[in-house]
Amino acid sequence: MKRASWLIPTIYIIFLMLPIYWLVSMSFKTTNEILGAFTLWPQNFTLENYYVIFTDPSWYMGYVNSIIYVIINTVLSVAVALPAAYAFSRYRFLGDKHLFFWLLTNRMAPAAVFALPFFQLYSAVGIFDTHLAVALAHTLFNIPLAVWILEGFMSGVPKQLDETAYVDGYSFWRFFIRIFIPTIAAGIGVAAFFCFMFSWVELLLAKTLTAVAAKPIAAAMTKTASSSGYELGLLAAAGTLTIIPGAIVIYFVRNYIAKGFALGRV
Amino acid sequence: MTLELKHVGKTLDGDVHIHPTDLVLEPGRFNILLGTTLAGKTTLMQLMAGLEKPTSGEIWFNGRNVTGERVQKRNVSMVYQQFINYPNMSVFENIASPLRVARMAEADIRKRVEEMAGLMKISAMLDRRPSELSGGQQQRTAMARALVKDSDLILLDEPLANLDFKLREELRDEMPRIIAERNCVVVYATTEPSEALLLGGHTAALYEGRVVDYGPTSEIYCQPADLTSAKVFSEPPINIAGVRKSGDQIVLNENVSWPASSALADGEYTIGIRPHHVSPVRTHESDVGITGTVHVAELSGSESMIHFDAYGDSWVSLSHGVHPFDTGEETTLFVDVSNCFYFDPAGRLVSSSDSAGVN
Repeated sequence: MKRASWLIPTIYIIFLMLPIYWLVSMSFKTTNEILGAFTLWPQNFTLENYYVIFTDPSWYMGYVNSIIYVIINTVLSVAVALPAAYAFSRYRFLGDKHLFFWLLTNRMAPAAVFALPFFQLYSAVGIFDTHLAVALAHTLFNIPLAVWILEGFMSGVPKQLDETAYVDGYSFWRFFIRIFIPTIAAGIGVAAFFCFMFSWVELLLAKTLTAVAAKPIAAAMTKTASSSGYELGLLAAAGTLTIIPGAIVIYFVRNYIAKGFALGRV
Repeated sequence: MTLELKHVGKTLDGDVHIHPTDLVLEPGRFNILLGTTLAGKTTLMQLMAGLEKPTSGEIWFNGRNVTGERVQKRNVSMVYQQFINYPNMSVFENIASPLRVARMAEADIRKRVEEMAGLMKISAMLDRRPSELSGGQQQRTAMARALVKDSDLILLDEPLANLDFKLREELRDEMPRIIAERNCVVVYATTEPSEALLLGGHTAALYEGRVVDYGPTSEIYCQPADLTSAKVFSEPPINIAGVRKSGDQIVLNENVSWPASSALADGEYTIGIRPHHVSPVRTHESDVGITGTVHVAELSGSESMIHFDAYGDSWVSLSHGVHPFDTGEETTLFVDVSNCFYFDPAGRLVSSSDSAGVN
């Protein structure tokens, strides 16, 4: 028993890491090698794929576009969700519990359902193919989620903290910005993480609502797949680069993610 | 400098949280709100502070109507039962925060905070975060923050309830000294009658959102206005039984009776006897024996608490020394009927011997 205790974790880690390893290893191979033979690691190690991505605007602008709308979306979602979550956690008003629940209705249908109305609406008002278009579309899913997560974290802060601040002479906004936001910083980090991740991996709306100017990286990847035969090495490199921002964000909030999945109620 | 509640009431969603209350709170002494949890102590304090608006009545401070005034403008301090500090600030910044909001000069802030930290014995902790302190130190920080500004009204909402026994004793001893030097109205909420007696001052007994009794603490204890006040101001709970006075006898039942004082008119009464006037040993010649079944006997070393059932009522006896009893044991306990409150059927106090509460 004792001697085999390394076995299960090892199998588990191999199982977990295999697809990622394969992607990374492919990104350092030439397309010919990928198609030609079964190799466990790159035989002809090449950085050519990465070189193409970092020099060709049709590639790297995909990342820039994605990052722009993801950041707009995250900032917007958290900024709007903060006061909303505060209201839900601190005040009782007519229909508050129902409203809180029905916030989630937008998450009850697949994003595809909303693609057509968004496309039509944004074309009509003239923001089709802008970063803002994608960012706004994603807030439909992210604000409710952020409100739920933040409300959980905020309800964990005793109301007496607010009252103590008022007694000390703090105005509401001064208290909210100087004391309350730092107090729930972990919750804000987790909410921002979930918004970031959703917006970063969401493909359908991002692809539908953009054409050229704001084309996200995921859309760029699907198009290049069929241009001049298969460019699998290039795709693998693009995929590898797509994992990195998510990995960085996860690293910063890793200690709070479990609490985030429980909507702050652990 | 006085805080005056004029018919102040609070109703929320049709539930009465505070019945219309009249109170005049004076500076230079403890004004104690005594009551069980949910009696309305915290709500009453929030009304006094201006954190909640009364639904009826007016609040006057120093001859000025402050009823609708925001708490920020009122110059109030408050300490809660939970240790409430700003978790993102150091202890120093926590204590300094009301002064910073008031835009005091940096040098003055430093001087005041250090002085207050010295008084509260947390000088060595000023650079730490509140979460790195023990519970007692956290509460000292909260109290230092409440006392560092010259507030007109200091509200202490069960500040010692969550502390361990030793710290509680220590802070309770220090508190009157700290308060004494200030010219402000101090309100102190507690659930413990013994704490109210230790702190002295005036006590308002609260029961279900109603101030049932108000006056100097020892008077309230010795001469409770009614049965409810006596219940609030007794821990363990006061013993209650129905009696009838006829002629020169007070009759509990066919077996137990004792001579009546002439002041009482004939009729039905409710008697209240504090547990420490019921003892397993006869202490006075006039003591009356009641026979019952022991329910539980708790020995704490210096004291014995005996719960027993007699004639359909539950009784509690609290006596010095160790008196072991078995559950279910038949025994006779002795009631010091000279220390007995008599309440009329409406619950008003009609008679008590002078020493009813004191001994």
